[in-house]
Amino acid sequence: MSRDIAILGVGMHPWGKWGRSFIDYGVAAARAALKDAGVAWRSVQFVSGAATIRNGYPGQVAGATFAQALGWQGAQVNTSYAACASGAQALAAARSRILSGECELALVIGSDTTPKGFLAPAKGERPDDPDWVRFRIGITNPAYFAMYARRRMALYGDTVDDFALVKIKNSEHGFGNPNARYRKRFTAAEVAASPMVASPLRLMDVCATSDGAAALIVSSIDYARRVGRGDAPRIAAISTVTPTFASAIIEMPDIATDSAVAATVHSFRAALPAKAYEISGISPSDVSVAEVYDLSTALELDWIEDLQLCNRGEAAALLRSGATRVGGRIPVNPSGGLACFGEAVPAQALAQVCELTWQLRGEAGARQVEGATVGITANQGLFGHGSTVIVKR
Amino acid sequence: MSARVERPFLEGWFAKDEAGAHLVGARCTSCGTYYFPRQVRFCRNPACEGEQFEDVPLSRRGRLWSFTDACYQPPEPYIAADPFVPFAIAAVELEREKMIVLGPVVQGVGVDALTVGMPMELVIGTLSETPTERHLVWQWKPVA
Repeated sequence: MSRDIAILGVGMHPWGKWGRSFIDYGVAAARAALKDAGVAWRSVQFVSGAATIRNGYPGQVAGATFAQALGWQGAQVNTSYAACASGAQALAAARSRILSGECELALVIGSDTTPKGFLAPAKGERPDDPDWVRFRIGITNPAYFAMYARRRMALYGDTVDDFALVKIKNSEHGFGNPNARYRKRFTAAEVAASPMVASPLRLMDVCATSDGAAALIVSSIDYARRVGRGDAPRIAAISTVTPTFASAIIEMPDIATDSAVAATVHSFRAALPAKAYEISGISPSDVSVAEVYDLSTALELDWIEDLQLCNRGEAAALLRSGATRVGGRIPVNPSGGLACFGEAVPAQALAQVCELTWQLRGEAGARQVEGATVGITANQGLFGHGSTVIVKR
Repeated sequence: MSARVERPFLEGWFAKDEAGAHLVGARCTSCGTYYFPRQVRFCRNPACEGEQFEDVPLSRRGRLWSFTDACYQPPEPYIAADPFVPFAIAAVELEREKMIVLGPVVQGVGVDALTVGMPMELVIGTLSETPTERHLVWQWKPVA
């Protein structure tokens, strides 16, 4: 029995700082996905929403909020919260319902309106919350990304010029993407002239936070065939594994790693795609294109190795060779990535799947990866949440 | 000007004895896994069901795993001086505990003075001040 589901339609609301309600962006993305799929809203049997804690708790829960805005029509509903992996978990919920036969057609949706500046913890003195403790000491998100970047410099000899090259590549990719927030080509001199945020990372190495929304219409393979869409891109695997004790690196928002005196260390980032490869039977050498979570430029290089697209420590060489550019052997972040989008937390993992869908249909325009047949995503957020999705033709 | 009252920004996270400053960790009495912070009720080693822990001083010295600095003023609950003074941040690997612990670097030591792998030691310093209080924190300092 096939373990695949079909992606019939995708839609996004452009990323930006629009100053409106997340519901507005979500409805725009959902209507675009429905239109793209050629599906009527009333036919949708399951609505799977990706939530974020900023979405107006209490009283506004993502799945039902979008179902109401689109017009209550009695569909089953679900809401997933898993930090940056919320979108992938919402998609996994739809996949499970479809594969179990409980429904044939589902809407998966994530949307966000973000605050300005650093993402900060909730108010009040809460020493039991590691997120509160690290902000009290002054350790922001970019500090973690910077420590990973510095580690690459020490272990593999990566340079700040390599990190800048990631920005230059992604800005080139996102330049023509109508859904990207930042559409400007950057030069090495411009990256080097941007203010230092957390050494060795400068402002142009670190992603912003954005408003935006992404939605997918997914179905059973049987349904896709019945509506003449048997050739639609398919989701071959979704991995949302937890880390395995003991943590190999210091994970945001922790103050310390696990102690490894009684256990060996495991990389969380590497575990996410490993499970997806195992589920799908697809191997890293089959991958045509990847969308990875470049919260920083240097982190894109970590992900390339975690996805096993090259050996550990060799991502910067792969980048320098041009292989990760559109037109290269294994393009990474053809959408422009978070560098061009900024992060809209509950929408971002779904936006990655939207991009892969366009790539696999051959509809990505100037950023098209020629002949793309297998795409993979990678994403990680707070508190042991992360995801990988594999999309194939 | 009256002297400020000194207090740790969090009670019970670090201490000082004759040997110097140390972090206060916990150790599972079943499998030996260390924890910092020490507020732990269930051992997180999946092979262990331990629920008994003893307080232990963590190693005062370790090796620099990685480092960075805060060039922009962090948001609350960070309490910034006016004007904000950038500071370095260290991740230090403790050999005995096989764990990495974050902390601010002592004032006056910037990223240019740091190298991955160099020996570091724990000291107690100032995190923040109000008109009446000085909040103490653990800090990492290159071993002289």
